[in-house]
Amino acid sequence: MSRRARLVMFGLAGAGFGVVLVLGLAGLPAFGDYKGVYGNVINGIGVTERRATDLVTALNFDFRAFDTLGEEFILFTSVLGVVLILRQMRGEQDRPSQREAEEHSFAGASAALRALSLVLIPMLLALGVYVVVHGALTPGGGFQGGVILAAGPLAVFLAGRYLRMKTVAPTIVEELGDAIGAAGYALVGLGGLVFAGVFFKNFLPLGIPGHLLSAGQLPLASIAVGLEVSGAFLVAFSEFLDQALVVRSGPGGS
Amino acid sequence: MTVLQIAALAAVAIGGTAVVVAPNPLKQTLVLSVYGMSLTALFFVFQAPDVALSEIVISTVGLPVMILLALRKVRQNERQGEREEEQ
Repeated sequence: MSRRARLVMFGLAGAGFGVVLVLGLAGLPAFGDYKGVYGNVINGIGVTERRATDLVTALNFDFRAFDTLGEEFILFTSVLGVVLILRQMRGEQDRPSQREAEEHSFAGASAALRALSLVLIPMLLALGVYVVVHGALTPGGGFQGGVILAAGPLAVFLAGRYLRMKTVAPTIVEELGDAIGAAGYALVGLGGLVFAGVFFKNFLPLGIPGHLLSAGQLPLASIAVGLEVSGAFLVAFSEFLDQALVVRSGPGGS
Repeated sequence: MTVLQIAALAAVAIGGTAVVVAPNPLKQTLVLSVYGMSLTALFFVFQAPDVALSEIVISTVGLPVMILLALRKVRQNERQGEREEEQ
């Protein structure tokens, strides 16, 4: 196809898209003009019935906890897929690539970058734990906090210490965190089934709104999800890092 | 709409365009993480702090690292291919 024909086609498609987009945007309700019922109901009963002040977390881990179970296992399964595809073949051996390490700019990370990473690690971990345990009180929760937690060990890698990162967060610990978190969240649901008769029905004392240990099962579910998400991200990161920075040699290796 | 919201929308529009027109994947990744920051600001000023929290970590730490590692792997394979051709 010639350049001219392609431009004509793009022009037609772009103009059509533009017309539809403008028409669609013109029909949108104004910002903040919410017509639904569900949101208002949740806003009304969130604090009184669940004692949670962050209704997004209440929605994720209580009102629609079953959805979250599915989402959590989507992450678990996709990380499992990454591990399976990038697995170490039988007979392959890992060794740090000397030549690659020399070429790799991270290995010679500047002193400033190292110092910054060192400062970042405790801050990231503290912020991650804070966001996880305050899920029911302030914006955040297991998913957000879990990813922040996973960024902590990653800062070790930023400091040019990839193999040290394996000491800080060994693969077995990452995998255990992933698995225990995923199972823990399902167990919170089972607890509802056993103690309250319905899967994911709250079975813990509700407490006083605004207190750290309040909103029933929410803190527990948030911690389980945080563990799972941080484990899953670290496992995925480690697999990717192995691919890029470690040489695999052996019968099946390339 | 407040001035902050309009500014965030403009930043997202400019950032998104910048990602598309960035010359190579490496530079694109860096522009992408800046674009992620503007998206975070957008979510925040439109009163979705939960989403903003997820976006800031994913876009500034998670996604760039994965893309950079993938790019590195691709380059390794290319270099290995060249070496094998020479032999």
